[in-house]
Amino acid sequence: MLPIILLSLSGIALLFLGFQKSRALLLPATLLFVLIAFVTNFLDWGKTYMYFRDMLLVDNLAMIFTGIVLLSTFMVVALSGSLADDEDAQPAEYYAILLFSLVGAIMMIGFENLIMLFVGVEILSVAMYILTGSDKRNLRSNEAALKYFLMGAFATGILLFGMALLYGATGSFVLSGIGNYAVGATNAGGSMLLFYVGMFMLLIGMLFKVSAAPFHFWTPDVYDGAPSLFTAYMSTVVKTAGFAALLRILTVSFSGVYNFWWVALAAVTVLTLLIGNITAVYQTSFKRMMAYSSISHAGYLLVGLVGLSQASKQAIAFYSLAYSLSTIAAFGVLMLVARNRPLNAVAFGDQTTLARTDENYDAFNGLARKNPLLGFVMAVSMLSLAGIPLTAGFWGKFMVFSAAADRGAIWLLVVAVLMSAVGIYYYFRVVIAMYFREGQTDEIRVAPFYKIVLIAATVLTLLLGLLPNLFQGGI
Amino acid sequence: MLTLFLVLFPVVAAAAVLLSTNATAKTTALVGAIGELLIAGLAFFTFAANDQYQFGFDYAWFEAAANGTGGVRLSGAIDGISLLPVVLTGLVTPLIILSTFKQTYARPTSFYALILFMQAALMGVFVARDGFLFYFFFEAALIPIYFLAAMWGGENRIAVTFKFFVYTIFGSLLMLVALVYLYRQTPLVNGVHSAAIADFYALNLPAKAQGWVFWAFFIAFAVKMPLFPFHTWQPDTYVESPTPATMLLAGIMLKMGVYGLIRLILPVVPEGVNIWGSTAMIMAVIGIVYGAIIAIRQRDMKRLIAYSSFSHVGLMAAGVFSRSEMGLQGALIQMLAHGINVVGLFFIAELILQRTGTRQLDQLGGITRNTPRLTVYFLIILLGSVALPLTNGFVGEFLLLAGVYGYNHYIGLAAGLTIIFGAVYMLRMYQKSMFGQPAPRTAAFADLAGSDSYVLLILCVFVFWMGLYPASFLKLTEPAVLNLMQFIK
Repeated sequence: MLPIILLSLSGIALLFLGFQKSRALLLPATLLFVLIAFVTNFLDWGKTYMYFRDMLLVDNLAMIFTGIVLLSTFMVVALSGSLADDEDAQPAEYYAILLFSLVGAIMMIGFENLIMLFVGVEILSVAMYILTGSDKRNLRSNEAALKYFLMGAFATGILLFGMALLYGATGSFVLSGIGNYAVGATNAGGSMLLFYVGMFMLLIGMLFKVSAAPFHFWTPDVYDGAPSLFTAYMSTVVKTAGFAALLRILTVSFSGVYNFWWVALAAVTVLTLLIGNITAVYQTSFKRMMAYSSISHAGYLLVGLVGLSQASKQAIAFYSLAYSLSTIAAFGVLMLVARNRPLNAVAFGDQTTLARTDENYDAFNGLARKNPLLGFVMAVSMLSLAGIPLTAGFWGKFMVFSAAADRGAIWLLVVAVLMSAVGIYYYFRVVIAMYFREGQTDEIRVAPFYKIVLIAATVLTLLLGLLPNLFQGGI
Repeated sequence: MLTLFLVLFPVVAAAAVLLSTNATAKTTALVGAIGELLIAGLAFFTFAANDQYQFGFDYAWFEAAANGTGGVRLSGAIDGISLLPVVLTGLVTPLIILSTFKQTYARPTSFYALILFMQAALMGVFVARDGFLFYFFFEAALIPIYFLAAMWGGENRIAVTFKFFVYTIFGSLLMLVALVYLYRQTPLVNGVHSAAIADFYALNLPAKAQGWVFWAFFIAFAVKMPLFPFHTWQPDTYVESPTPATMLLAGIMLKMGVYGLIRLILPVVPEGVNIWGSTAMIMAVIGIVYGAIIAIRQRDMKRLIAYSSFSHVGLMAAGVFSRSEMGLQGALIQMLAHGINVVGLFFIAELILQRTGTRQLDQLGGITRNTPRLTVYFLIILLGSVALPLTNGFVGEFLLLAGVYGYNHYIGLAAGLTIIFGAVYMLRMYQKSMFGQPAPRTAAFADLAGSDSYVLLILCVFVFWMGLYPASFLKLTEPAVLNLMQFIK
C-alpha cells in the first residue's frame, strides 16, 4: 500500500523537479524514490492486508512480485544515464511516467477486484504508449506507439467486455466471489455460457498484454521501435505484472473450472513457444530477436500456469526475476554497443531519418576481445535466457516444468524443451559474435554506475543459479 | 568431504590461473591439476572395496523440507562405479596440461582456466548423487569445452562446434524432462519430493513411462558418447578442436555418457531396458562396425582416432546393455583404459602435426629412424588400443565381449569384429606414419624430450599396470557392480 502512495507522490515530485532544469538531479532522485518504495514494500513481510474495502490485497506473494518490478525499474532507471545528455529527451516526464506506471503494475499484482485490475492495466498501458513513442524524431518509434495504442486499446476493450460478462454471470467483481460462483455453478449444473465467454475474453485481454501467441502481433514492431531503454522496461515490468495478474485470477477465480480452460491455455502455450522461438531464429537484428525471445518466455511462463498448483506461484515469481535480470542486462549492453555505432540514414516510406540501425548481431562482433566485461555480462544473460545450468534461468525453467509435471503434462514439457534447444541457437549467435568473430569494435567507455548495475545483474543471475534456495520461502 | 574438495579444488585452481600472468598460467594450471590428482589418488588408495558411498558430502540445495531433508540436494560421494571415472579425470587432466608445455596458446590464462573448470564439472558429474546435481554438471561441462573448441580451434571451428553444442544440449534437455518427471513421482516425505538418484531406483514406474524415460535418458547419453546414429557431430568436432580439447572430449567427456547409462538408465528404468535394451544394443554394435570400417579408410590421423573412439565407445555401450556383471565391469575398466589410450594417441598425432606440419598418413613415413622413444611409446599405447593381451585394452574388451557374447552369440560375434578391425586401422596408421621411407617432411624428426616424453611414459605405465594387474581396479568396482545388478534383475 505504502509503495503505491509513495510512487504517486514521487512521480509528481519528479514533474516539479523537471522545472528546475537540473537534469543531473533527476536520475539519482528517481533511484532514491524507487529504492524507498522497494524498502517500504517489504515492511509488511509475513502479514496479509486488504485495502480499499477489500479491493487490493497485499500478501507475501504480492510483495515478492512488487519487489521484482521495483528491482527491474531500479535497474532500468540506473541504465538511463544517457537521457540527461539527449537534447530531445524530457527525462523528468519519462521518469514520472515510469513511476506512475509502476503504480499500475502494483495494482495488477495485488488486485482483489476486477475494477482494480482494469485500472492497473490501463495505467500501465497508457504509460507504455507514451514511452514507446518517446523517440519523437524516429518514425519507427512513432509507428510503434501508434500500433501499440490501437492494438492495446482494442485488447483493453475485450478485457473490459469480459469483466462485464463475468459480472453479469456472477454478480460480483470480487475474485473470490467469482471463484465461489464457478465452483457452485459447476456443481449445480446448468448453462454457464455467459461465465465462460466472459472468462475467455478476460484471459484473451490479459494474454494480449503479456504478448502470448496468437495475440502477439504488436510485440516485435513495438519492442523494436521503442527506445531500447523502454523496451527493457516493457519486456520485464509489464510482463511480470501481467503474469502476476494472470496467476492471481486463475488461482483465485478460475481454479474451480480448471478442466475447462487448461486445454485452451495449453494450446496458447504451445503456439507461443513455437512462434516465439522459431521466428526468433530468423531475425538478423538482436533487438528484434529479443522481442521474439520475450514472446517465447511468455510461453515458458505459461507452462507454469497451465500446471496451476501451489508450485506455480514460486515458479512464476522466480522465472520473472531470472528473466528480468538477464533481459535488462542484455539491453544494457545493447544500448552501449548501439550508441557507439554511427548514425545511418534510414528510408521510411518516402522520408529518411537518422537512426542507429546497428542493432544487428554483427554489431557485437569481437566485443568480448576489447570489452571483456560487457562480453561476460551478455554471455551470462544469454546463458540464463537459454536456461543453461549455473544461471538463474535454469532454475526458472526447472520450476515451471515441475509445476506442469505435477499435472502430468509431460508432452507440454517435451515441446518446451525442444523449443529451448531452438532458443540456444539464437541466443548463442550473439555469444559467437562476441567471442569468436573478428570485429572492429573499439573499447567502449562505460560509466562506473552503469557498470555496477550490469555487474550486479550478472552476479545475481549466477548467485541464483548456484543457490536458488536464496529465493525461497514465504510464498 | 573429500569429494567436495574434488569438485571445488579445480575451481579454486582455475581462479588462481585466471589471476596469474600469461607466463605462469601453464605452471599454475599444472600445479592445480597435480593437486587434484593427489586428492583423487587419496580417494583411490583409501577407497574401501565395498558397495557403500564414501567420502560424501550432503547439503540442502533447493525445496528441502523444514528439517533439511529431501528436495534437490547438493550431495555427492564416490562408490565403486564412480571411482574409476574420477581417477581417470584426475589422472588425465594434468597430463593434458603437461602435453601443452611446449606450445603456446593465445590468452593462456583463459585457456588453462577453462580446462580446469571442465575438470571440476566432470568430477561433479561422476560424484553427483542427486539427479539434478548430475544434470547441472552434465550441462556445465559443456560450456568450457565449447569455448575451448570454438576459441582455439581450427579454421571451420565456429560452425562445427556450434553444431556440437546445440546437438548435445538438445539431447540433455530431454533428460531434464525425464528428471523432472522422476522427481515429481517420488513419494512426498515431510511434504517434499526427493531428487536423490537412489530414490529414483526405488520408483516402480509403469512400463509405458519407463519406455519414454528410457529414450529421454538414452538420447542424452547416446549423443554424448556418441552412439550410432547420433555421432554426426563427433568427427568434425574432434578434428577442429585444439588437441587438448579433443583429449578432454574423447578421453573423459564421452565417459559421461557411458557412466550415465550405468548410473541412471539400467537401475532407474529396468523395465524400459527390457523392452528397448536390445534396440540400443544393436545401435551400439552397428556403431562398432561402422566406425571401424570408416576408420580404416581415413588418411588424417586425428580423424582416424576419432572414428576409432566412436567404434570403441559403441562396445562399452553394448557391454552395459548386456546387463551382465562382466559387461559392466568391462565397461568400467574400459572407460579408464580407453581414456588413457585415446589421450596418448591424440597427443602423438598432435606431436607429429607440430613437427611435420601434417597429419595426412600418405605424407608421413619413416619417423621411426631417429626416434626410439616415440616409436616405443607409440607402439605400447597403440597395442593397448588394439587390446593386445597384457595391455589395458585387453582386459576391458575381453570382459565387454564376454558380456555381449553371453547376451546374444551373434551380436557378440559382430561386436568381436572390433578387435580385428581395430588391429587393421591402428597398425595401418602406425605403419604409414612410422615405417617406410622417410618423407621430406619427416626427415628431420627429432626424438621426444622433456615434458612430451613424460606424458607418454606415464600413460605407458598405466597401460601395463592395468594390463598386468587389473585386479587392483576390478576388485574396487566389483561390490558396487554386484549391488547394481540387484536393481537390474
